[in-house]
Amino acid sequence: MTLIVSDLCVDHGAIRAVNGVSFRIEEGQLAAVIGANGAGKTTLLRSLSGLKHSTSGHATWHDYDLLHAKPEVLVRHGVSHVSEGKSVIPELSVEENLDLGALWRKNPGEARETRNAILETFPRLGERLSQLADTLSGGERQMLAIGRALMSKPQLLLLDEPSLGLAPLVIAQIFASIRQLTIQMGLTVVLVEQNAMSALEIADVGIVLNLGRVAVTNTAQQLIADPQVRAAYLGY
Amino acid sequence: MFQLINTFLIGITSGSIYSLMAIALVLVWRSTRVVNFAQAGQALLSTYIGFEFIQRFHSFWIALVLSMIFGALISALVDLVFMRLLFSRNTQGPIAGVAPIIATLGLLGLIRAGIGMVLGSTDANIRPPVSNVGFTISGHTLAFSPLKLLIVSATLVLVLVLSLIFQRTNIGLALRASAYAPEIARLAGVRVDGIRTLGWALAGAAGAAAGMLQTPNGTGALSSDSLEFSLLLVFGFIAAVIGGLESLVGAVIGGLLLGLVLAFVLTYISGSLVFITAFVVLILVLLIRPSGLIGTKRGRRA
Repeated sequence: MTLIVSDLCVDHGAIRAVNGVSFRIEEGQLAAVIGANGAGKTTLLRSLSGLKHSTSGHATWHDYDLLHAKPEVLVRHGVSHVSEGKSVIPELSVEENLDLGALWRKNPGEARETRNAILETFPRLGERLSQLADTLSGGERQMLAIGRALMSKPQLLLLDEPSLGLAPLVIAQIFASIRQLTIQMGLTVVLVEQNAMSALEIADVGIVLNLGRVAVTNTAQQLIADPQVRAAYLGY
Repeated sequence: MFQLINTFLIGITSGSIYSLMAIALVLVWRSTRVVNFAQAGQALLSTYIGFEFIQRFHSFWIALVLSMIFGALISALVDLVFMRLLFSRNTQGPIAGVAPIIATLGLLGLIRAGIGMVLGSTDANIRPPVSNVGFTISGHTLAFSPLKLLIVSATLVLVLVLSLIFQRTNIGLALRASAYAPEIARLAGVRVDGIRTLGWALAGAAGAAAGMLQTPNGTGALSSDSLEFSLLLVFGFIAAVIGGLESLVGAVIGGLLLGLVLAFVLTYISGSLVFITAFVVLILVLLIRPSGLIGTKRGRRA
């Protein structure tokens, strides 16, 4: 299974936010998509999960067309998206937020197993199951958002800026969990991040976006070593 | 003392009916962000259908259930045929926010005119299924009758069933999630469009119940230009707004509160002040708590 994006263009009104983007991510890889604000990272991710209509191009996951399906259908084909800004529902309890991700699954026993696995990775959520998601800290909310996406038993996980608004220590924890989950659950992950260094440290490959185009793609290690990338995106 | 109890019980009864109407309005508002003024027309149509079933089965209860089922179907149809078309045609610009509301007003007129044309000559009258003569306690006759007791308990049962659906079932979780955060619900795999139609259907059933319970409590007569149903809409809407427009609990509290206030004004001050009082209550609540009694920015509950 491979995620193949070719010549993807996505418009925001008159502005072309994603302009002819092509890349390929192999199964089991964790790919970091980095770039400055407004580089088109979020738009790219939203078009892959069915939230945003694309203008032209192709994107397939395991021969399945991602660009012409609604998000609620894509979930059923193994594509889960955690949207920007801690996508949990504050009015619902932690347990309800988790269960929401598995409502469509036919087998409640399997869903329960998935939940147990998630609570093992994020024990803090287990302690707070009956609390409203509103009462959680920023880091816990991000864990819950990822947990909710995992409840749908995805093969392809799309993560939009999980580090947003979190303290460095918490970011390190979350990123370590993402790395661990990728291996443990055999996920393929597209991780969109402003926090380029943290993302590349856990990634297998990196894609650098600039003004809606792919500027560089390479293994994460080589991107970290690349002086140009360091200067432009890693800040040293 | 007896008058006080009497007034209280009458207030609770009419308040329950307002609550049902308010619930109908809140359910649609939560799922679609539209105040459905056509709800009064839908309720009237459902009550006419209920009347037909009473003629056929000679049972108010069977007719009530069937009327609610038909009310749900009508309401789902309004969403599927009418609202979806409207929303798909009209998504941006200043008209987009107002158009659906104007459209529901238009639909209200359409339904009423349709009923007038087709059923206008029918002499429709729903008699109370149980006595509407007040209970007698130690020689005093209360205004509270078996019928009113029935109305209050039927409302109680409906509200309980509804809150069980919302709080304890998967469908209920999907309904709440879709209302609070449609995008996240979709990403989690909830088919939000279908769930929205389901919200409309539940609203239609609640509205039908309000119509079926209110009619025998009043004169029992049905007509296409029924003033009772207009008042039901206005008071139901005020009750919903008092309760914050987002919350089912708020709708019930708003309805009961409005019913009580109106009953006390009617008994102790003057019958001619009822209408004005309803608006004064609305304005007072909005002045003191602009988001309604229950509604707060974060405190939305099912």
